[in-house]
Amino acid sequence: MKFTLSWLKTHLETEVPLDDILYALTDLGLEVEGVENPADALGDFRICRVIEAKQHPNADRLRLCRVETWPNGPDAASEEVQVVCGAPNARTGLVGVFAPVGTHVPGTGVDLKPGVIRGEASNGMLCSERELMLSDDHDGIIDLPADAPMGARFIDYTDRNDPVIDIAITPNRPDALGVAGIARDLAARGLGTLITPAIETVPGTFASPISVSLNADVKDGPCALFVGRYIRGVKNGPSPQWVQDRLRAIGLRPISALVDVTNLMTYDRNRPMHVFDADKVAGNIEVRMAKPGESLLALDEKTYEFDGTEVLICDNNGPESIGGIMGGLASGCTAETVNVFVEAAFFDTIHIAAAGRKHKINSDARYRNERGIDPASAPVGMEMATRLIQEFCGGEPSELVIAGAVPDVARSYKLDTDRVSSLVGMDIAAVEQERALTALGFTIDGADVTPPTWRPDVQGPADLVEEIARIASLTKLEGKPMARAEIGVTRAILTPMQRRETAARRQIAALGYNECVTYTFVDHASALMFGGGEDCTKLANPISSEMSHMRPDLLPPLLQAAARNQARGFADLALFEVGPAFQGGEPGQQLMQASGLLVGYTGPRDPHGARRAVDVYDAKADAEAVLSAIGAPAKLMVQRNAPGWWHPGRSGQLSLGPKNILAGFGEVHPKVLSAMDVKGPAVAFTIWLENPPFPKAKSATRPALVISDLQAVERDFAFVVDETVEALTLLNAAKGADKALIADASVFDQFMGAKAVAQMGEGKKSIAISVRLQPKDATLTDKEIEAVSAKIIDKVEKATGGVLRG
Amino acid sequence: MDGLEPLKKKYLDGIMAASDESALEDLRLTAVGKKGEVALKMRELGKMTPEERQVAGPALNALKDEINSALAARKAALGDAALEERLRTEWLDVTLAGRPARQGTIHPVSQVSEEVTAIFADMGFSVAEGPQVESDWFNFDALNIPPEHPTRTEMDTFYMHRAEGDDRPPHVLRTHTSPVQIRHMQEFGAPCRIIAPGRVYRADYDQTHTPMFHQVEGLALGTDLSMANLKWVLEEFFSAFFGIKVKTRFRASHFPFTEPSAEVDIQCSWVNGQLRIGEGDGWMEVLGSGMVHPKVLAAGGVDSDAFQGFAFGMGIDRIAMLKYGIPDLRAFFDSDLRWLRHYGFSTLDQPNLHGGLNR
Repeated sequence: MKFTLSWLKTHLETEVPLDDILYALTDLGLEVEGVENPADALGDFRICRVIEAKQHPNADRLRLCRVETWPNGPDAASEEVQVVCGAPNARTGLVGVFAPVGTHVPGTGVDLKPGVIRGEASNGMLCSERELMLSDDHDGIIDLPADAPMGARFIDYTDRNDPVIDIAITPNRPDALGVAGIARDLAARGLGTLITPAIETVPGTFASPISVSLNADVKDGPCALFVGRYIRGVKNGPSPQWVQDRLRAIGLRPISALVDVTNLMTYDRNRPMHVFDADKVAGNIEVRMAKPGESLLALDEKTYEFDGTEVLICDNNGPESIGGIMGGLASGCTAETVNVFVEAAFFDTIHIAAAGRKHKINSDARYRNERGIDPASAPVGMEMATRLIQEFCGGEPSELVIAGAVPDVARSYKLDTDRVSSLVGMDIAAVEQERALTALGFTIDGADVTPPTWRPDVQGPADLVEEIARIASLTKLEGKPMARAEIGVTRAILTPMQRRETAARRQIAALGYNECVTYTFVDHASALMFGGGEDCTKLANPISSEMSHMRPDLLPPLLQAAARNQARGFADLALFEVGPAFQGGEPGQQLMQASGLLVGYTGPRDPHGARRAVDVYDAKADAEAVLSAIGAPAKLMVQRNAPGWWHPGRSGQLSLGPKNILAGFGEVHPKVLSAMDVKGPAVAFTIWLENPPFPKAKSATRPALVISDLQAVERDFAFVVDETVEALTLLNAAKGADKALIADASVFDQFMGAKAVAQMGEGKKSIAISVRLQPKDATLTDKEIEAVSAKIIDKVEKATGGVLRG
Repeated sequence: MDGLEPLKKKYLDGIMAASDESALEDLRLTAVGKKGEVALKMRELGKMTPEERQVAGPALNALKDEINSALAARKAALGDAALEERLRTEWLDVTLAGRPARQGTIHPVSQVSEEVTAIFADMGFSVAEGPQVESDWFNFDALNIPPEHPTRTEMDTFYMHRAEGDDRPPHVLRTHTSPVQIRHMQEFGAPCRIIAPGRVYRADYDQTHTPMFHQVEGLALGTDLSMANLKWVLEEFFSAFFGIKVKTRFRASHFPFTEPSAEVDIQCSWVNGQLRIGEGDGWMEVLGSGMVHPKVLAAGGVDSDAFQGFAFGMGIDRIAMLKYGIPDLRAFFDSDLRWLRHYGFSTLDQPNLHGGLNR
């Protein structure tokens, strides 16, 4: 909402400096977003006199001017300056506008420097209106009356020293969309006296030949009131200069007196209006809901087709205007318009918002009507508009045509003057509270406070407190300590899951991964590749096709991040994210995942030969480290049935039993890598953080440590088995040989490939394990060791079909 | 016994001159071995008178000890010399880099979320959570945002697809963390103190907006909490967060879910284009807040005659940018390795109040 200081002063008598007004506006909740002060741009341009203008000796079209200037204002001494000027009207005795050397000329964007033009010095500029950005006129320099005050600032002389203030209006304050409403707030704050001129009625001299009816489908809601007036014999044309200046200052284009009147009403009183060319209205006016399929060519020269939810102003020819949003082109005013029909109506905000949104019309009328217009302003607004039209265009007004009635919005709330103190924490005297409310237009009857008709936002006693605190200034609010809810040391506040999330995050980072935060939506193709992409996870209005579906897994955005980094020249990556993945489109169908992605090599090339390509065992080790950090059980099943985005032979899932999957790990499927432009190798893990059961133990006490002083014995065994035999089968068999004695068993070598085949036959490999025996009662004898060994060999051979390697 | 001195001299000199371990061993055998010269002398003791023996015995033992000591000393010296010689050849270029190890990092959003949590935890706030795909009732209606409110347009809010025949209003991607207020009140009632950090979504993408960003919601309900308490809480928070006393300024504003509502500015100054929080006389808008609207309390099932309190919401990414001087919001979600390394945090640098929150 833009307005000028001088416009404000037509409603507010004040001598308060501009900066104080700006501060108060922001403090009142009318946040100042910008101020354009003409003095900033045009303050250096002063009125001057051309002492003599003569032909430039070296150029036909240029004149050499001796200019009398007043660099330090009219009261100081004048100074003569020579200026070379190309304007045809530069002449001896001309009173013009001078810009000294050093001035920034807004129309050209140039800082003036001393110059020499065709051999003659030129120290400054005689300016045209275009150079001052006042108009497009550059046929000649500004030519002022001879009695203009020499040396005065041009902006002061022409009353252009008028700051333009731009404020943001929150949706609850439609009343502040008119300058009068802004002035009311400032006056209530004590920044001046409200002097908004009273509106006088204009008696009609005849009955309007156009009548108005409200159809049953609008009168109880969508359009409860239509005030109309016929004015005959007007002469449309440009509006007076002050109106044009005022509109132009706030960024509006003056169009014609009739249209400019509606804009004045809109910005001065927040009273949107419409003026029909009465000679183009066929028969009488009816306000009704649209019929599906009807259409209208509107003032923006676009055709809108209606679906039945819009309010239309119609005549015998059909729709003439989209009620409260935009008029039709056919019945609009032109320079030839002689008779007009003026509309001031009251529309329901919801219908305006829905129709405006549907047809994507962003008009001033829609903006205001959807926020809520003062319903009482329709009849009085009509009187003010009539007066303005008569003043600018002449004409003779009819009696008012009123269809419907001003809706009764009267309501009252109890004012509890202690509430400001208990809710806000400010002490404001009861009389001051009542004064503030009264100044804002509220009426007080005992403890009952009735809001003014222009404040649809005030809907309860808390709103009264808000108004009082706002006028008093929240800046004055002093902080007051909030006592602890409980006395003593702060309790732990994180839930087990929240702690788990942090533990996973910090563990993965400790493993050398860089944490990413990626968008939770991905493109459809990527979602599909990772088991998602269903319609229920689709956004109805995505910002782009790259962000169309909720991610089913954290890997797609991580792989995309890897591709972006590779494109920047970073081939080796360790990226991770902890965040939600989505199973469906219902609230709660999101699971917390932690995913890590390793791409390329373990590190940069190094002189130690430490670097190697990442492989599935890196991903597995990291997944296990994270599971351990979040308290998952140590013994997990390894399943091979990982989903399709993993390499089918080089991936697995860690689970508790067959159903409860805690993690997936493996090489990413080569097809996925190529679809996502990632140069492999790439391995990854994904952990479902919610899946590991939370420990039930409430006590911090650990189980007692049982260690034996007896010598442990390590024995190594190598078995020749089929290539497809899995190490875990072998280890489990070995461990099962004597559960009491065998403390641990692990694989320390695997021998496979061509050499192994040569030694052991086609399809064979050798797995070497180390078994640790820990006696509990007595040191093991050779005989006991041999007995256990024999059992181990037997169990493993039975379980795997292999043989001890000779 | 005669001749011990020359014997002693001969061997000690020999030991001193020995240049390797085998020469020393030869000397040991010829001197103190079973058939060595000292042993031979020992045998002569048997032929002596007891008186002679009393003199010669200790002398011989002393000689033997002396030679053994000399042997041991020389052996050690030779060992040291040999080790030194070996070490001289074992030179490595220690200017070479060590074996590379990956350095992981924590994202600023995570770090700052933990910082925020640490501070509010000390003031008794716990952490509440809620779904990111949210029903429009929790996201809008329960928060007193009417159906025609401009933020409910598709220009601002992401809506989920709604299947044909499913007549429920479409779900939204939550546009703020405020629906967590409602869910928490419904589940736990009042009094309460919670913060709710998390991802939020708005259909906006330009220089300073991303379609996803992070907010932290705050909600405190009690019987007598006022806006003055809110101001104190926020000033305590900002002072702890920025590590310098920070003043706030409350400005009247409007949010459908609070009343009265205030925009909150923090004190700052600009020095040579650099932002300094907590000094100077400038103000920067950082959050919206207010006293919880009675209708919002009602939606949460809380009796607004018995309880009142405040709520606030601020951008986590935004305060991270302010605190750590991160210029561009969009880069937060781009995962550029250089950015992650530069603005990321060490994994062991877990925020807590006793260690301080300023890095």
